[in-house]
This record gives sequence, structure tokens and C-alpha cells, in this order.
Amino acid sequence: MAKRKERIDRGIKVRSDDIFALSSWREMLYLSSPRVLPIVIILFLAIFLSPYWQRVLLSVAVFGILSLSWDMLNQTGMISLGQSLFFGIGAYFAGTMNHYFGWHPFLTIPFAMIAGGLFCTVILMPLVRLRGIYFSMTTLILPIFFERLIEAARIFGGTEGLTGLQSLPYSWLELYLPLLFLLIVLFGFRRFMASDYGLVLKGIHDNDQSVKSSGININIYKAFVLFMASAVGCFAGAFITHVYLFVGMPVFALDYSILPIASSVVGGVGTFAGPVLGAFILVPLSEILRQFGGLRIVFYGMFLVIFIVALPDGIFPYIQRKYQQFERWVEVK
Amino acid sequence: MHNSPLLRVNNITKRFGGITAVNEITFEIKKGELLGVIGPNGSGKTTLANLITGFVKPTSGTITFHGKDIHSLPPHKRVLLGIARTFQMVKPFYQLAAYKNLIIPLCSQRVKDMEGGKYGERDDIALDLLEEVGFERDSRVAYKPASILPQGYLKRLELAKAIALFPDLIILDELFSGLSLAEVASIIPIIEKLRVQGKAIIMIEHRLKELFRIADRIIVLNFGEKIAEGNADEVMESKAVKNAYLGAETE
Repeated sequence: MAKRKERIDRGIKVRSDDIFALSSWREMLYLSSPRVLPIVIILFLAIFLSPYWQRVLLSVAVFGILSLSWDMLNQTGMISLGQSLFFGIGAYFAGTMNHYFGWHPFLTIPFAMIAGGLFCTVILMPLVRLRGIYFSMTTLILPIFFERLIEAARIFGGTEGLTGLQSLPYSWLELYLPLLFLLIVLFGFRRFMASDYGLVLKGIHDNDQSVKSSGININIYKAFVLFMASAVGCFAGAFITHVYLFVGMPVFALDYSILPIASSVVGGVGTFAGPVLGAFILVPLSEILRQFGGLRIVFYGMFLVIFIVALPDGIFPYIQRKYQQFERWVEVK
Repeated sequence: MHNSPLLRVNNITKRFGGITAVNEITFEIKKGELLGVIGPNGSGKTTLANLITGFVKPTSGTITFHGKDIHSLPPHKRVLLGIARTFQMVKPFYQLAAYKNLIIPLCSQRVKDMEGGKYGERDDIALDLLEEVGFERDSRVAYKPASILPQGYLKRLELAKAIALFPDLIILDELFSGLSLAEVASIIPIIEKLRVQGKAIIMIEHRLKELFRIADRIIVLNFGEKIAEGNADEVMESKAVKNAYLGAETE
């Protein structure tokens, strides 16, 4: 019997794109496994990890969330160099509410998301008129501005920070809260960008003048995106505050701005899944490289360059392409 | 009331620093009228389009549309009142498929008010609109990303984006530039149809021959000033126009 190779996705794509009909379990599996597998891995990975690597996984989740926030802004044409602004503002909103008013973490975290998100949106709104590098440069300055403000004005504990904050009531929450949040944001953002409103945001990224002449007030859309991205970033900061039981000036550190960008670039900009994948690669990589001591940054930098040169589009789009090109042998009648 | 102008531009002036791009221009346009705007390069045609659509603010003068002063409104609010435009340099959303480009104007408040915001049916409306401007229904062209479409299709897409807004006034900024004679010939019926529907159309053009065939009235700009107005023959006979295009005669 003669055989030839056939791509699996073609028939499935035709049937599932428009008329939502699948003809077999195999097709169902082909479509659902890229969505189900990551969920299963993210939720059950922790069981097999030592406490040390569980800590690393927590870090991965936090940087994954910050990367999602970065990618959301990027897809609307706002390249942020100051993700630590969101992280820091969220951390300080949660920390101060807990320290001065004794609010429970279940109250401080949602509060930091909404109030912190609104706060960041209000201070970033005057900048949305700026395009490209001009927007980026100003976002770079803002975290430094708040860091110095807290230092110089000696507010919220000044250089000492606020210590002795309340921890989350259950220790398992310290790992599963950020992981669950990561999954919700990942799938939520992907769904949102596939909607018609997501198309408008992509349009703003491509050409804001053309969107304006389509009768759309781009400032409202940009404000909405800023709020979503900053609320998500604020969650990461607020959460970490209740894990470290401390909030201080380091929450505005450059790491929280740079690593989300590196994760997105390595994983694949503009896909949401890519930035999360990037965080899952870069954060553990940085931990593994600790054994090299002072040379850690050298190796880390080398890996970054290799990733970017080898796969300039990112790892996720590469995997996606390969998955779609998956072939099987079929009998030729 | 029926004959009152749809758009009235009154003594509009725009200065960029020391340069006067548009100087005290006055004209009006009625429903179902096709007004051509011609003039040498740098005579202020595109600035005039930007003034009417709100992309630049006038230094002085007023613009009334539907009897309402709009000269200080931002671009998107003018679109909501019914002014749509195309750009001389086409501005498609390159990462989106051609028909998805039309989802963005279809998301505007004006379309929602007109159509009742039928969510989920926008794809179908978009495909219909593309067919109207000459994307073949059976081909896959409408599904291709805008980044790989040839110029002719991009110009049609640009036109479809304007039509999608149900405008009362359409400003076409050099729609014909860069198109072959055959392509221009296939777009002219689309414009004629819009006029029959009662839309007012302002065409800024360098392709005078094609424009003169379809325009009701022409205004001629030179160095930001209106130097002539009338039908095609009157304009071409005007001495000021001959001087502007061919240079002043010397005895």
C-alpha cells in the first residue's frame, strides 16, 4: 500500500475555524492539547519540586505575570521600560494598607490591583500622546522617580521600608495564587485580543491616525489597556509583599522592568503565551547559573544572545509553527 | 433648508510657524455634490483635508458641518458626525487580514448608532463592503494580511474603510495616485455610486483628466490660496490657473 505524508492541521482548521465541527477524538486532542497541557503542567508541576524549586516557580509566576502585562502594552504600541512601576506601586499600596490600617491580605491585594491600577493609569495617561521611544524613555524614569521620592521624603518607612507585614493565611496560596492568576490572565488576555476590541488595539499599534479617522477615541482604549496592564502588574507586587512580609525601595528595582522584556523577546512578542514561556525558561536558567558565581551574568547574557539570534521571532511562534506543520502517514487509495 | 450646504469652510487659515499653508479659503459643498480640489505640489490641498477632518487645528476661520461649528473638535468626533477620509499615503493595519481592517471602523460609535452594534456580524459586513469596492468575492484576497496586498487593493481597502463609517462627506486624498488607468476606471463607478446615494465627496487629485470627467465643481489652490472655482472648462480657461501650472507668460 502506498503511503504519503499529510499535514494534520489542514482539515481540522477548515472544519473548526468556521463551522465548529470535529470529526474525531484525535482532532479534538490536536486542538485542545496546546491549551490543556500547559494548564496541567503549571498546576501540577509544584508537587514534584523541592521547596527550593517551588520558590523558583513562584518567582517564575511573578515574572510571567509582569511579562503578560508588558506584552499587553506592547500589543497596543506602548513599549514600557518601567514594569517595576506597576510592581512597586502594587507592593506599596498593599504594604501600607496592611501596615498602617491592618487590612487583611485578601483585602489589600484586590485593593492594590484596582487603586494601584487607577493610580498608574492616571500618571501614565499624559504620556500616551508620546509614541515609540519617547513613551519608553518616560516609563523608564517613573520607577526611579518614586524610589527617590520615598527615599528623600522618608515616607512609608523611607530606606528601611515597612517590615513585619501579614502573610497569606495558607502557605499553599503562596504558590497557587500567582499560578492561577497567571493562567487566568494568560487566557483572558488571549481571548480579549482575539475579540473585535482587541483588533482595535492592534490597529492602534499599527497606525493610530488611521484608528482616529475610523471614528474611535484612542485615548479611551489606551486608558483601558493601561489600567488592565497596571492592575495585573500591581497584583504581582501586592502578592510578593505578603510573601516577603516586607515592602521597600527594592520593589522599584530595574530587574522587574528588564526581565519581563527579556522573557517576552525570548518567548515571542505579541503572543502572551511566549512571554510566559520566556519566564519559564529565563528565571530557572538564572537559578541554575548561580553555581558559576561571578560568571553567572556572562553565561546568562550568552544564552540570551543565542536565543535571540537563533529564534528572532521567539520560541513560542517557532513551536506553534512546528505544531501546525505536524505530519502523519496516510495510506493513498 | 434642503439646499443649505452640508459643509461650509469659512475664511480658514493655517500657519505652520512662518509658512502659511492655507490662507483664508472659503467654499461650501452640498449633499450629492462632487468637489474636486487641485493645485500644484505644496499648494495646501492635504492641509485643507487635515483641517476639515481635524488632524490639524486652524489658526483662524470656522468650519460648519450640518450647521454645527466643528473647527475645534478632535478627529474621531468629526467622524461621528459623518466626515470620513482616505489618506494619500495609505494607512492600512498591516498585521491584520484585509477584511479585519474594516472591523475597526465598524467598531466606532457612529456605526453602532446606525446599525445597532451588531456584534459578531461585523465580519460579514466587512466582506460585503470589500466586495463593493472590488475585492472579488470568491478569491482569498480579502483574507490575506494587508501587508502583502498590492497598491491597487490597498487603495480600495482605504476607500472601504471610509465607506464603512456611513459618512455624509467623504474626503478622498489622491485616491488615484499610483494606480493604473484600468484601476482608476474600475474605481470611478464606485465613487459615482456614492454620489448617487447622496454623499458629498471632496476629491483631492493630480489626475486631472479623470477628475474633470466626474467632478461637479473644481477649486484650484496655489500657495495656500484659492485662485479659481467653477466647472472644469471655466477653471481651465482661468488665467490664474494657467499661470500657476505653466508659469506666467512673458511678453
